[in-house]
Amino acid sequence: MDFHLQIVALLGSGGLLLLVLELVRRRRLLERYALVWLGSAAALVALSAWAGLLQLLADAIGVAYPPSALFAAAFFFVIALLLHFSVAVSRLADQNKVLAQRLAMTEQRLAHLESGQAARSGDRLSEHPTDPIPQEVP
Amino acid sequence: MTISPPRLEQPPPAPSGVRAQARTLVIVPAYNEAETVGNVVASLHAVRPQVDVVVLDDGSTDATSTEAERAGATVLRLPFNLGIGGAVQTGFQYARANDYDFMIQVDADGQHDPDMIDRLFQALEEREADVVVGSRFLSDDFEYPAPISRRTGIHIFAFLLSRIVGQRVSDPTSGFRLYNRRAIALFARDYPHDYPEVEAVLMLHFHRLTMREIPVRMYERGGGVSSIRSGKSAYYMIKVLLAIFVGLLRRRPVPEPGEAAPVSARHTI
Repeated sequence: MDFHLQIVALLGSGGLLLLVLELVRRRRLLERYALVWLGSAAALVALSAWAGLLQLLADAIGVAYPPSALFAAAFFFVIALLLHFSVAVSRLADQNKVLAQRLAMTEQRLAHLESGQAARSGDRLSEHPTDPIPQEVP
Repeated sequence: MTISPPRLEQPPPAPSGVRAQARTLVIVPAYNEAETVGNVVASLHAVRPQVDVVVLDDGSTDATSTEAERAGATVLRLPFNLGIGGAVQTGFQYARANDYDFMIQVDADGQHDPDMIDRLFQALEEREADVVVGSRFLSDDFEYPAPISRRTGIHIFAFLLSRIVGQRVSDPTSGFRLYNRRAIALFARDYPHDYPEVEAVLMLHFHRLTMREIPVRMYERGGGVSSIRSGKSAYYMIKVLLAIFVGLLRRRPVPEPGEAAPVSARHTI
């Protein structure tokens, strides 16, 4: 691989690795998601720095021009990351739905219990505002 | 308060006997249906005063909740729009949490005739079904006013589903349904997301619940806009077809792990 190109690839993937580490250090990126990024960045650094490894990869996948193999590897990691995040977003959306459903039911139950209590105390303020909330829905 | 679940495995002694002591919940999923939801609730109460009516306000931006409450319904307000699947599933969860024996689903736009509820119950008891669906296409007496594109789409789903489940399904998109406890337990736990009615038919089949259809009359929408707009018909078709084929391959969770499951899952395909 051309020396000039190798410097650019090394700077790019090294910068990505440092950025991910810094985001984790500042707790802006959860370790759960950072692991995939760290793995991808580390692999790209290794492939840029070590021309022999890149040559091996290029030969293995039948690419004549090694920098193209680097490009293919980067593309593979991008796809893997995107899929990983789509799965994560789907899980969040599902959990979000459950939260919304529980919230709707809890709010209705709370309103129901409060109206029941107001009726019992004859619209007066309860003398014992810390009375335990009855657990049974009448 | 404890109510013994009705024994649907054996033919009930008298149709009114089961219903006399059973508790029934009617759910009305509503998204921006302020114009019609009040009338729907009022007509349900007029026809069957003993049932509890819950309106599921799916994040409406109009007065749907206020109108429903004014008409005497209990309102569950979802904090944002979940889509019809998420809203209806909230109804199943409410029915299960409050120990209802039966749940009826009715659209908020006034398409469904509350007078037909008796027929749903009749079919449930006489034909030993877990779910009874009101179908627009089973009787020539009831003309269904809908554009030809939508009817064609429904018939395509009906054709596919009938082949898959091995029983005639004439109106898989109908949202006029009666569920018993087993169906409530299943759908409270797992209900399809986006266009749920069609895939729910598949789920019933794979979980070995019995679905029956009866002919009903449906009216034109009283107001508002259908969630299936004509311009989106093709998009809707593709999404539902995808849901059917993905649905064939999905894993089937057992509704109540750790105890004798009320509904057992059979392996798909």
